[in-house]
Amino acid sequence: MKSYIIPEFLVERDDHHCIRCEVCVRQCAFDVHRYDEEEDEVFAHEDKCVGCLRCVTLCPTNALVVRDNPTRVPANANWTREVLHNIYKQAETGGVLLTGMGCDKEYRNYWDRITLDASQVTNPSIDPLREPMELRTYLGSKPDAVEIGGGRGRHELETRLAPQLRLETPIMFSALSYGAISYNTCECLARAAAEVGTCYNTGEGGLHRDLYRYGGHTICQVASGRFGVHADYLEAAAALEIKIGQGAKPGIGGHLPGEKVSEEISRTRMIPKGTDALSPAPHHDIYSIEDLAQLIYALKEATGWQKPVSVKIAAVHNSAAIASGMVRAGADIIALDGIRGGTGAAPTMIRDNVGIPIELALAAVDARLREEGIRNRASVVVAGGIRSSADVVKAVALGADAVYIGTAALVALGCHVCQKCYTGKCNWGIATQDPYLTKRLNPEVGTRRLVNLLTAWSHEIMEILGGMGINAIESLRGNRLRLRGVGLTREELDMLGIKHAGA
Amino acid sequence: MKRIIPREEYCIGCRLCEIHCIVQHSCSKDIIKAFKKERRQVKRIEVEEEGHVSFALQCRHCDEAPCVTACLSGAMRRDAETGAVTSDPERCVGCWTCILVCPFGAVRRDEAERKVVGKCDFCPDLEVPACVANCPNEALVLVEE
Repeated sequence: MKSYIIPEFLVERDDHHCIRCEVCVRQCAFDVHRYDEEEDEVFAHEDKCVGCLRCVTLCPTNALVVRDNPTRVPANANWTREVLHNIYKQAETGGVLLTGMGCDKEYRNYWDRITLDASQVTNPSIDPLREPMELRTYLGSKPDAVEIGGGRGRHELETRLAPQLRLETPIMFSALSYGAISYNTCECLARAAAEVGTCYNTGEGGLHRDLYRYGGHTICQVASGRFGVHADYLEAAAALEIKIGQGAKPGIGGHLPGEKVSEEISRTRMIPKGTDALSPAPHHDIYSIEDLAQLIYALKEATGWQKPVSVKIAAVHNSAAIASGMVRAGADIIALDGIRGGTGAAPTMIRDNVGIPIELALAAVDARLREEGIRNRASVVVAGGIRSSADVVKAVALGADAVYIGTAALVALGCHVCQKCYTGKCNWGIATQDPYLTKRLNPEVGTRRLVNLLTAWSHEIMEILGGMGINAIESLRGNRLRLRGVGLTREELDMLGIKHAGA
Repeated sequence: MKRIIPREEYCIGCRLCEIHCIVQHSCSKDIIKAFKKERRQVKRIEVEEEGHVSFALQCRHCDEAPCVTACLSGAMRRDAETGAVTSDPERCVGCWTCILVCPFGAVRRDEAERKVVGKCDFCPDLEVPACVANCPNEALVLVEE
């Protein structure tokens, strides 16, 4: 069938610069570039270009420009090129539209509508280069009160504390499963988390045996498919996470195509090689908060009550009520994943239309748990669209204990958010299992890049805290008075629990 | 002595090492001029590739270099200080015996000059050889042995 889709991108090659070195030809897994010996020229099949910019980045003479195809479809606010293309695609394939990464629609980004406070005159700011600044964060259930015993100058904590996850900075790497991403990417995340003193999350793909050595910095996920879940896996982890939902596709399961299930993935996930890995939409043993409690306690029992158990849900309309139930079911950590959260593959319509922005979900959950007097019983971790240290600080002030970064971490590794993860042909070697492509991510380089990112963000967080006159991230946690909204409606301000700028 | 170690597991087959090797050994050392204006230099490094396995190979600067032993004119010499094996173009007569004896195929013909010269010289003008410095995935590393 003749496709009616016009190329999304144009590839422009400056002939004065192009030296016919063919780096672009060799680097494009989508076969966009082609060298013609007869003409001594490099041509582009623009219809295949996904805009990942691998060729542009590696071109040694900067001869390439990839830009949006300016060909206009008849101007129409409703029937945009994207809408037409989606319909053409479906008319040509009869299939569900697939995409990768997080929602790219323009739902209001509240981080960009919130500003932070700083000290002036009456409350001195702190210089983090001269004075100690504390970013260390403990995730887990905190007691209602602590009792100190001892006497005669000796003080002992008598309250038995629940297991805690110690982080040197309140930033962790989101759940990214081995299968969705390459082994090398997993290794980068694990090594960087260990080096910085934070945690990464295995996602639902199990833990490769070579990565057990980073177990102290690993959150092992137990998802609906229960892939790779066994006693050693649970034992290896620093914390466990029950994945109920994912921000990119709330209410939807997962599907790792059989062609990606290699020997190593098959062993790690404990499924036959070459078979599809299907994660059911719900956990078939969890249909209520009581069922959830059973799994939480089963995991705690299985690991000798030594590890905090997190429960991750997608941010949806009634997250606050669900979160309350989760805390009462025994969750030590509540992980919320907002509508901008990424994925390796999701139906486009689900990704772009289901769920709510993380800022609102966080505000609602934190407020509800406080109202009910159970906020101390669980830590709150937010994910889905954290792009910078400023977003982290705002999230903490809104009530989060820590954040998960997924997309930002992958961008640090080279991802250009072309949203083609589901094709398995990631030119950056991240979301692929093709051995020709996975080599492109050298774990030594990737680890260094991730460590640099977390180090830079941590420095910035210290600067921001210092400017507020605070010397510990703990002092900012849930302090919404240090936030102000700009250009938000009364309802949005109430929802976020913040004042408008000027007030 | 210094050695350039290729790491097969990280070589992505982009051949930027070859390109920057050519530029570094050109007259202008300018990438566009080197390729578009000047006589193209012999690449002194080559990416060997089959399927997804690839690595960049250049002269290993062998401890007991067969090319040095075999050289008829004394052009191929080992620098006593750096240990690098280099060919002196002034002395090279272009008999190509070195090419015959090199177990790595790392010496190349420079047909335009009718001489050998086409072998790694460790980029004497640079701190780090051009191939190592420009590998985008650190698949070439410079080690001191």
